[in-house]
Amino acid sequence: MQGKQLSSKHLLGIKDLTASDIQLIFEHADEFKEVLQRPIKKVPSLRDITIANLFFENSTRTRLSFELAQKRLSADVVNFSAATSSVKKGETLVDTVNNILAMKVDMVVMRHASPGACLFLSQHIDVPIINAGDGTHEHPTQALLDAFSIREKLGDLKGKKVVIVGDITHSRVALSNIDCLQKMGAHVMVCGPATMIPKYLNSLGVLIEHDLDKALAWCDVANMLRIQLERQDSNVRFFPSLREYSLQYGLTQERLDKLGKEIIIMHPGPINRGVEISSEVADGNSSIILDQVENGVAVRMAVIYLLAQRIQRA
Amino acid sequence: MAKKKVLMDEGLLNVVIQRLCHQLVENYSPFEKVILIGLQPRGVDLLQHLSQELKKLYPQFDVPIGVVDPTFFRDDFRRGDKQLLAHPTKIPVNLDGYRVILVDDVLYTGRTIRAGLEAILEYGRPASIDLLVLINRKFSRQLPIEPIMIGKSVDHYDGQKVRVIWKSQENSHSEVLLAQD
Repeated sequence: MQGKQLSSKHLLGIKDLTASDIQLIFEHADEFKEVLQRPIKKVPSLRDITIANLFFENSTRTRLSFELAQKRLSADVVNFSAATSSVKKGETLVDTVNNILAMKVDMVVMRHASPGACLFLSQHIDVPIINAGDGTHEHPTQALLDAFSIREKLGDLKGKKVVIVGDITHSRVALSNIDCLQKMGAHVMVCGPATMIPKYLNSLGVLIEHDLDKALAWCDVANMLRIQLERQDSNVRFFPSLREYSLQYGLTQERLDKLGKEIIIMHPGPINRGVEISSEVADGNSSIILDQVENGVAVRMAVIYLLAQRIQRA
Repeated sequence: MAKKKVLMDEGLLNVVIQRLCHQLVENYSPFEKVILIGLQPRGVDLLQHLSQELKKLYPQFDVPIGVVDPTFFRDDFRRGDKQLLAHPTKIPVNLDGYRVILVDDVLYTGRTIRAGLEAILEYGRPASIDLLVLINRKFSRQLPIEPIMIGKSVDHYDGQKVRVIWKSQENSHSEVLLAQD
């Protein structure tokens, strides 16, 4: 593998990655996953690197996962959340970040509510940026860990059928997943109420289905998305009630039992138990939800390691 | 690569590997709590040959093997243009109390071995770690590291490279070369 490197300086979205970039990330994630099984779950590679985690939007899982990944690579970590910062005093994004960089930070992980915030930032600052979710646009590390988890279970992504169920319109996970899975040769279908599937989505080459049972019958893997109540305008309702959504699009054991085949169940979290997925299914044998969380750390270590390698030593 | 000199042809290489096997038996028999660990990437080929030959010569001993990747412990991360890419690590046991024999093909500056030692220590506290190398490049060490089992020691000039080639689909026969860039 000598001589290979990521084709991009940043990870702004899956859009910027090639299939061989994704393969390189997977191969390294395999090795980091092994590191995480060791008695000492830490390697010293990034001990001279400082990473700032800038979370302008709430997060538990992603933030923890990034922080663990960084610490297990021996990087120094500074955390920032918008709620307790000068952003409230009216500072601009570029000013905030430049102030942090003035303190000699080598890499930035950012989550922001505005789509394109990371791209904008990458045009104004010089250090590598990892997008940890920008509004409804992309969430590349989630897509990578989802694809990595499928690859781990099924061996390969090529030719596999994956259905993404739920609120596609408001989901950055959906967009990144579609792109990542297609680049690795999987077939993708989206399933949800017509109000939650963007117009012209079929231009991305995905199948669209409104009947969950038909979608489940087609797929090898079902990725159940969370209903993002916080992104929905209270004046515009996308479905009549949670109960109705749950009846139509909630994944229950009964639905799985009817299929007569095993499929893999995924969920990027946090779960609304009893809405998009029943507790029985979420905790059942087909569910790899906790594997996804575990793989998240290894995949993020791989991304950070590969990007850090491109930083020139001063 | 302009000039090449054959340091070992296939016949000699086989003899040397057999001798190293006898030496292992001399030093470690009856192989209680002993493990052979190959250093990724190229030490692993030597490990495989050693392990096969040892089984052939001494079928009564079953010596466990493992591989370790020094990449994440190297001291040249982000120095120079070289990309450091990882390889698998597989160590089948907890190394507490084990006598480890670290196997690599060519010993040069000793820096890779240092990284490998650190990687091994993540798996427990071995009783001891010894170093076995096929080729020992003399007078080039940058760290206080010395092998106790050596296939062949060689003198060399700066700019020369030692290449160990194993018989495979691409190569018709095994040999060890000293090459001038």
